[in-house]
This record gives sequence, C-alpha cells and structure tokens, in this order.
Amino acid sequence: MKTDIVLAGVGGQGILSIATTIGSAAVAQNLYLKQAEVHGMSQRGGDVQSHLRLSDKPIASDLIPKGKTDLIISVEPMEALRYADMLDKDGWLITNKATFENIPNYPNADDIYNEIKKIKNHIIIDGDAIAKEHGNAKAANIAILGAAAQFIDMPFEAFEDALKAIFGRKGEDVVNLNIEVLRAGAQAAKDYLK
Amino acid sequence: MQKTLFLGDEALAQGALDAGLSGVYAYPGTPSTEITEYIQGSKQAAEGNVHSKWCTNEKTAMEAAIGMSYSGKRALVCMKHVGMNVAADAFMNASIVGANGGLVVVSADDPSMHSSQNEQDSRVYGDFALLPTLEPSNQQECYDMVQYAFDISEKFRIPVLMRLTTRLSHSRSGVECKPARKQNDIHIPENLRQFVLLPAISKKNYNSLLAKQDEFIKHGENDGWNFLTEGSNKKYGIIASGIAYNYLMENYPDRQVPYPVLKISQYPLPVNMINKLAKECEELIVMEEGYPFIEKQIKGIVKSNLIVHGRLDGTLPRAGELNPNLVGIALKMEQKEYYAIPEVVKPRPPKLCDGCPHQSTFKALNDALEGYTLGRVFGDIGCYTLGALPPYQSINSCVDMGASITMAKGAADSGIFPAISIIGDSTFTHSGMTGLLDAVLVDSPITVFILDNETTAMTGGQDSAAYHRIESICKGIGVNPDHIKVLLPLPKEHEKNVAIIKEELKYHGVSVIIPRRECLQTLKRKKK
Repeated sequence: MKTDIVLAGVGGQGILSIATTIGSAAVAQNLYLKQAEVHGMSQRGGDVQSHLRLSDKPIASDLIPKGKTDLIISVEPMEALRYADMLDKDGWLITNKATFENIPNYPNADDIYNEIKKIKNHIIIDGDAIAKEHGNAKAANIAILGAAAQFIDMPFEAFEDALKAIFGRKGEDVVNLNIEVLRAGAQAAKDYLK
Repeated sequence: MQKTLFLGDEALAQGALDAGLSGVYAYPGTPSTEITEYIQGSKQAAEGNVHSKWCTNEKTAMEAAIGMSYSGKRALVCMKHVGMNVAADAFMNASIVGANGGLVVVSADDPSMHSSQNEQDSRVYGDFALLPTLEPSNQQECYDMVQYAFDISEKFRIPVLMRLTTRLSHSRSGVECKPARKQNDIHIPENLRQFVLLPAISKKNYNSLLAKQDEFIKHGENDGWNFLTEGSNKKYGIIASGIAYNYLMENYPDRQVPYPVLKISQYPLPVNMINKLAKECEELIVMEEGYPFIEKQIKGIVKSNLIVHGRLDGTLPRAGELNPNLVGIALKMEQKEYYAIPEVVKPRPPKLCDGCPHQSTFKALNDALEGYTLGRVFGDIGCYTLGALPPYQSINSCVDMGASITMAKGAADSGIFPAISIIGDSTFTHSGMTGLLDAVLVDSPITVFILDNETTAMTGGQDSAAYHRIESICKGIGVNPDHIKVLLPLPKEHEKNVAIIKEELKYHGVSVIIPRRECLQTLKRKKK
C-alpha cells in the first residue's frame, strides 16, 4: 500500500488539520508516514502545501516526485491546480469549489473549474456550503477530507476515530460536528461521480 | 517499539532531552524555532528544570550555552542559518576554548529561501571552526545523532555543529526513543585557564584543536554515520549527504542503487572512504543540499583527475533545494510525464493579515511621506518586510537583523533627510539597540519606527524581549524623551498618526515612533 498526497490551500484554511487527521489515522493503522509542512512567512495568506506520504514500507523522500502524486486534496480550487505537475496521470484531484480571492488578479472561477475538468480524475465539491449547513463554516477542510477518504487505503472509520482523538478535548459536540461534515463530504463526492 | 510522530526539529529536541540536556539557548528563526518550542512545552524538560527561555539574539544564546558547558552541563544552541552570522564571534572562539559539558550547536539552513534572505550553508561554518559537523537525513537520525554529538563533544572537549535543512526540520515521521540519560552535575573545568583566550593560551588551545583533526576524521570513518554501500555498476560512484540521500533512494523503489553509494552524515570528510570510492569508480556524482561543499573538498582529497559531477558542472542546479526529480535527472533516469500547471494559476504571495497593526502604520507613513521623494525608508526582518510589496510599497531595504537603523543613519550621514527606519520590537532588542546608540552619539536626523506588536510574530508568536521595555531602553540609550512617541495603529487614529509622524519627520535629531498594538495572531491564540 502506498498513498502519496499533496495537500493544498491558502494559509489559515486548515490544511495542517487535514494532515494531522490523516497522519493520526495512519499511525493507528501502523503505516509508515512522512509529512513535509510549510512554516514561516508563507503561512501569511499565501499559498501553502504539504506533502503527506503513507506506505506499508519505509519511505525514502520527504517530498513526492513530480507526476507521482496519487491524490491532490485542496481546500481552494486555484491552489489545487498549482500542484497539477505533481499529480500522477491516474491520480485524483479532490478540491473545494469555494474560491478564496485575496489577490487582485484572481482569475474567473469558471476558468479554474474548466482547467480542473481537464484532469482525468477529479472531484469538485462545495466544502464551504457543506460545513455551513452543519453549523461551522470553518470545517470546510474536513468536508474535503471526507471527499478524499475513499481514495486513501484505510477504512473510513479510521478517519472518524482520528477526528475523535484530535477534537476529543473540545467536547462531544465538536467531535460529532466534524464527523458529520466528514460523512457529508464523502457523500458529496459520491454524488459528484454519479 | 512504540514510535512517536516528530518533526525533524522535535526529534532533535527530544533526543537532546534524552541525552541529559540542561539548557537550550535560542532566538526564534524559521526553520529552527520548533526545537526550542518543543523543549518549552515538554513535561520532561519542566521536571528536569531544563532552561529554555528565549534569548535576545543568537550571540547571547551561544555565549550562555558556552557558560553552561563551562559549568559542566550539557547545552544546546539553536538558530536558523543566518543566526550563525550573529553568533559567529562566539562560535568561532568556542572552538578554541573548547567545551567542558557537552555543547551542541544546531543551525537549520533554508535552501531555496522559503523564509530567509539567503541560502548560506552552515557546513562551511563547521569547517571554518575546525569542528565536527553532523548532518542527519531523517527524523530518527535527528534523534540519535544529537546524542552522539553530545558524547563526542565531551570526549574531545569541543563544541559540535549539527546542520538541518528546511525539509527535514519541518517534516514529520515516526521516531523510536531511548531511555533518558541523567543530566550532568556541575563540574567546572580542571584547567581553570581553558576558557581564557589570552594569546599564549589561545595558541596552545588552537594547536590542540588542530591535533584532534585526524581523530575527528577517524571517528567519521568508523562510527557508522558515514557508510559505503556496494554497487555492481562502477560507471558512477555516488556521494550523497543529508536529505539528498533520501532523494537518491526515492529514485529506486526497491532501494537497490546499482552504483556504489557513500552516504555522508559526518564531517570532516572520511578521506579513506572517499579515496576507496574514487579508486573503484569511473566518475563521481555528489548530491548535497546547499553549497557544493563536499564537491569542492573532494577535489583536494582525490589525487587523480577523476571527473566529479555535482552542482558545479551543472549536473545539479547550482542554487536552490534538490528534489527527487533533479536527482533522477542527474542520474539520467527517465522522468514520468506530468500535467502542466495551467496558466490560470496566479501567484499568491504572503501578505499582512487583515487588520494587522502594520497595515495602519504603513498607511500613515505613506501619507506622512507625501511630498517627499521616494526611496528613504529602511526596513528590517519581520512580517513588516511584506510592506515592501503592494499595496503599501513602503520600505526600500531588508538586509539583516537591525540594519534598518544603521542604514538609515548611513543614509543620513550621506545627506538624506529625513531617513526613516522600520524595525519590529523583537528585532530591535535582537540587534537594533546598538545601532540606535550609534545614531544618538552623532544626533543623526533619523526617524525610527519600532513596530511593537508585543511578540516575535513572523516565527509564530514567541515572547519578545522588548515587551514593556522599549521606551525605557530608548531613553536609556539617550533618545530625547520629547521625541519618543507612541501611536495606536488603528484606522480610526489615522489622521492623528499622520500628523505626529509628519512632525517627527521634520525633527533634526533621533526620534522614535512606537506604533503599539498586539499581533492579531497572538491575540487570537490567547482568546482560544
């Protein structure tokens, strides 16, 4: 088993929380893991990414080679495309539909969606809307994770357990909300592929 | 054995704690910050009363660590690569005085300059100071090597340098830990003149350091961190160090490299191992993160005219960090086809947070400067360096910690008036105070903005040594109290702030303006 994931988004959108959740699930499954993060200046509203590698064998590089990423998980659609060169031609690109427009020359959203649709395997879901429906707009990242979970070779419950472990100290309500958002994200992805 | 997920920085920190560390000394700097933060948050460190408070700058950190080593205890000093320049005076002389308790210096390099002004290679400092240097390539090695570093530091009574790079510092993986060793008791040096660098003693110490060099090399040959893996294809011999070794292995899914590979993790270089490789291979390829450091040294080690490929002959790029693809291309391996990045993707540079106090300051400064010619504002290192970019474009320089004040003074000496300096609170106490004294000594007509957001913001909100001290420091240095003005950088205060700034710009002497409002990020965290 090997899953190489690029997580993408804008600083502050919670991509490290996605990484933590997958990482925690992977450790519980006794998998090898390497996760390269970006800290420092680039976190200030700029583009951020993290390379997350899971395998049942020891992993050599902290960075994924170009063209060999199994999964791009992005909380922002333009950011998903920023790492298109990383994606394996058979890999999947899973992205939020909601744009984060904090630059003056942000492109037309439809132009972005059209480019995403040129990628063979892709899923676009509105993570922001799903999160809002469940009462916490900030949980869009968890909805996107839910959409991506089916492509990571671990049981869905492993992700739910990871959320329980991570949000446990914030109380049952927070845990339940995140699990609901995770499930809704997974459902939205299934609907998209229908 | 149970593994714990650690960043490279955290693995090194836990390794140091388990090696019986008594104190960590550091100033925050990406990508090294998490080493000290980990120790500050560690229960084990708290129970062992391990000193971990931030220092004012890297030089004071290095010196305090030398003091702890003098006392017989184990001390760790951590910084980013450019911090080594600040600490260099203490570091270079620490190599001559030597160590008593184990002294390990960690410098985290930032090739590709993700969050830095340059990509200098700290291994050069290790060579410069004639000290052993260790370069781990994974998180487990971070943990294990720092323990070895303390051991050889005490064995040879010298400081030891450890070099990390961004991709290791900030990458997480599982690490196996060992039982902790207990801390050293206080024992001052037997020779009470060991740390006295009077010329006569320095000469003796220096010769003793030179005499140890062969031993350092022998340890590099024998202690297992440098190792040679056989390969049947002798067309190339590969020398790979640090994280570049991982990229090499990534290109061979079964981890079987057909060529002989010498992994380098310990310097000075293992001369015999390199000569053995050189003798049996037709050409050498050197893969290393940072400068062509090994590549250059090899040419002095290998006596034949063997061809050496690397960053100098263009086999690998001269600048920037490596990755698995660049290493694969160097080995002439076919690269996988990949999607092109569509043109619709636009750059998204970092920017000041919405509502950041620096925004109000830059707006007020820009308005106050209306009517003056452009190009008179000297900046410094911190989030506010982003003020050089649109929409503010307020600052015209960023060189090194503290340079805003001294460059403004130099510009004023040249006749530029008004010359303006922009420096953050933590940067001011790091390296701005002495420059301000220079300005006061000649009554330089400069206006110094000390942007006080009450934290070391860019590295993630560490305590600032300037907290509640800026006015008294400025007065103590001799700034006229009538020209020390505090502003509240908020949009509703804009007109008032512009008026105060305009007034101070006219003053022919040192004036200090302190826009003070807490960083939004630290405020948000406190509210959580």
